[in-house]
Amino acid sequence: MASLYTDFLGIKSPNPFWLASAPPTDKKINVLRAFEAGWGGVVWKTLGSQVKNVSSRYSSVDYGGHRVMGFNNIELISDRPLDLNLREIEECIKLFPDRAMIVSLMADNDRESWHEMIKKVEDTGAHGFELNFGCPHGMTERGMGATVGQDPEIAAMIVEWVMEKATIPVITKLTPNVHSVVPTGRAVVKAGSNALSLINTIQSVTGIDLDTLVPNPYVAGKSVFGGYCGPAVKPIALKFLTTISQDSITNKVPISGIGGVTTWKDAVEFMLLGSTSVQVCTAAMTHGFRIIEDLCEGMENWMDEKGFKTTKDFIGLSVNNITNWESLDINYHHIANIDQEKCIHCGLCYIACEDTSHQSINLDYGKPYNKYTIKEDECVGCNLCQLICPVEDCITMVEHRKAPEYLNWIEFKEKGLPLNDH
Amino acid sequence: MAIENNRLDESLYAENFSDIHPPFDSYSAALVEANRCLFCYDAPCMKACPTSINIPKFIKQISTENIKGSAHTIFSSNIMGAGCGKVCPVEKLCEGSCVYNLLEEEPIAIAKLQRYSSEMALDKNWKIFERKILPEEMKRKIAIVGAGPAGLSCAHVLAREGMDVTIFEKEKRGGGLMTYGIAAYKVTPEFCEQEVNYILSIGGIDVKYGKELGVDFSLEELRRDFDAVYLAFGVGLTRKLNIPGEDLNGVVDAISFIYDIRTHDFKEVPVGNKVAVIGLGMTAIDAATQAKRLGASEVSIIYRRTQNEMPSTEVELNIAKLDGCNICWLSAPNEIMGVEGKVAAIKCDVMKLGEPDSSGRRFPEPSGEQFVLDVDMVIKATGQTPYYDLVNEYGLENKNGKIAAGKDGQTNFENVFAGGDNVNGGKEVVDAVQAGKDGAASILKYLNILVGTKNIQI
Repeated sequence: MASLYTDFLGIKSPNPFWLASAPPTDKKINVLRAFEAGWGGVVWKTLGSQVKNVSSRYSSVDYGGHRVMGFNNIELISDRPLDLNLREIEECIKLFPDRAMIVSLMADNDRESWHEMIKKVEDTGAHGFELNFGCPHGMTERGMGATVGQDPEIAAMIVEWVMEKATIPVITKLTPNVHSVVPTGRAVVKAGSNALSLINTIQSVTGIDLDTLVPNPYVAGKSVFGGYCGPAVKPIALKFLTTISQDSITNKVPISGIGGVTTWKDAVEFMLLGSTSVQVCTAAMTHGFRIIEDLCEGMENWMDEKGFKTTKDFIGLSVNNITNWESLDINYHHIANIDQEKCIHCGLCYIACEDTSHQSINLDYGKPYNKYTIKEDECVGCNLCQLICPVEDCITMVEHRKAPEYLNWIEFKEKGLPLNDH
Repeated sequence: MAIENNRLDESLYAENFSDIHPPFDSYSAALVEANRCLFCYDAPCMKACPTSINIPKFIKQISTENIKGSAHTIFSSNIMGAGCGKVCPVEKLCEGSCVYNLLEEEPIAIAKLQRYSSEMALDKNWKIFERKILPEEMKRKIAIVGAGPAGLSCAHVLAREGMDVTIFEKEKRGGGLMTYGIAAYKVTPEFCEQEVNYILSIGGIDVKYGKELGVDFSLEELRRDFDAVYLAFGVGLTRKLNIPGEDLNGVVDAISFIYDIRTHDFKEVPVGNKVAVIGLGMTAIDAATQAKRLGASEVSIIYRRTQNEMPSTEVELNIAKLDGCNICWLSAPNEIMGVEGKVAAIKCDVMKLGEPDSSGRRFPEPSGEQFVLDVDMVIKATGQTPYYDLVNEYGLENKNGKIAAGKDGQTNFENVFAGGDNVNGGKEVVDAVQAGKDGAASILKYLNILVGTKNIQI
């Protein structure tokens, strides 16, 4: 049986699933419920500068009948008294000593505030820190959160202050509200950060009430940019994660992956692209802590099937499978095939290809069912028809190489090979 | 026991005649179903609809919360879309061809979704169509005989195009068989009235109720006083069985029986204790189930062929079975026996199937065996007969009373068009609606109002 046991810079947890710094981790009652459910660890909701939260706080995007494809919040860091948080953190550690307890911090922008905070949190027995340089709403107006993460120099300066004092591992959480996370990632690693986590939420407007004309979430007739997360952001998170995993400086430290992790498959994908642990929030907020059971069982079953004994056996295995476009093999070619036995004649492949792709599908009219077949000579192998086909394995992409040898764009150009004539 | 009314208490009547297919009770419920729809291209459901409603589009519009647009999509093709959502045999039309059937999954609940948008349009009285305003010299006067589905559908298209329409209807209400000939648990009189009023609300349609062709006016008068005439007077009563005892007290026509139910309080409608229904079409089912629901203790449907040949759909048959009706397959009545002038029993031949007949179905022949059922009421539902005498009296070319009209609906009189049951002999409401649209298009073309029919949804 595969083991999910995770050691992140000495921070030990029975599985790689941590609850991200967020409302689910802002007080003892929630955290104990999470640990009882089986979560490997938590990142306690950010402590630091004094704040007051507003009502309402969340909004979401539904899609195709599913609630909360994307989730948005304007909640600030913890608005509870610091002493209460510290006492509860200590109690949780004592009750569940085998779980990871990382505390998220966002102190005022001066060395003393950070030092003072670090001392107080270390006294609780916490196992690590996560520096919140990513929160994109509210705190940014005070020069904190994402404002720090967007400026590599300021981020590095704060990390230096932290490293002067901290005796437990320090993870720096990066904001995706930048064109690249690598500059800040490099700067904080150079400044001594022991690890990185990403992504934080993405600035967003989730929608507007078409009666009141006020965007959501609604606060007394106004709204504000919020932080977007949930299943919708996973592909963006995976992309940012890959850039960190491929950079020669940032890939020297462990990574905790965040951003729309909903299922065990999502978590495996984050780990294949270099995450040692993954952090979850929206999925728990939409379904409760009980999802941890399938997260663990699904990952274990997959590992058993693939022969991976520990998570280390597969972490990072897909990092090098993402390359530059210019290195792709131009001689690779595949063509769609429609299994006529499985086809239900919905015509979705046809209309998509005909209107928006390469007119590669034949239509033979019938009543009531039309017949659809692929024009193999026209098909460019784009996948569109396969992606929209509602029937499993009805449309498959069948390999038809243009030539046996590997050929990339640079070689193609050098050889002066002919371009398309249509 | 004999034929009597008031067999049940009020609450049982209410329960027995409540809507058999309840609508979605919230937008969320409709949304779940709407989101299941794949939005097929050149969709099989649409091709299976006689009125070609753009079903994927109207369902998509429900999912985008464009309910008014959804109703517009439905009504553009079928102005009786709300009623058809209640009475169409969708299992052999749109839902029967839904691609989900090929995945062995439940088809999309198209009728229920159609009701969602179209009933909302009726309830909120959305003004979806504007009547064209034409200069006087372009206006034409058109007479329509019959305010059933074909007549109303034809009238609506013509009124939309700016014509002045007069409908002559022999009953007191419009809707035709929708109002008078369909089971009360499918549509209520209130709904039918609402639907008719909604159709008429476009303006330009004057309905003269209580006016019957051949009684109150003649075809010649219409031809003289109007620019064109559309005949949509439907079909008449059930054809005769031509067996002894057919005139006994207690033998009724299914159409009359259903008409009584639709025009009286349930408690006022008499029904036998043991009822035989002859035939197994949709009307036979409507008669049998309603006899049971009015309080008959035993209802037997007598059908001379087998389930393979029955005109009813399986869905309809199952309603009768669930209501506790017996089905006597391969049974044909050969005598209704009476006591003191009243029905007492029915004698049937046990049939066997022989060679296929002109309909392609194997023809039943007596096997020599017989059986007798004790019954006190016999309801005849063996198909309706055309108004043979009427059409012959006016010199309308016809085939056994069914008016001969081509695809364009034109009869042997150049300004007289016809469509619906009086041409096809009796089909579904949805077929009549399409016939009305076709008729309107032909009339407009005949009157040179439009070249072609591109402005009309056919």
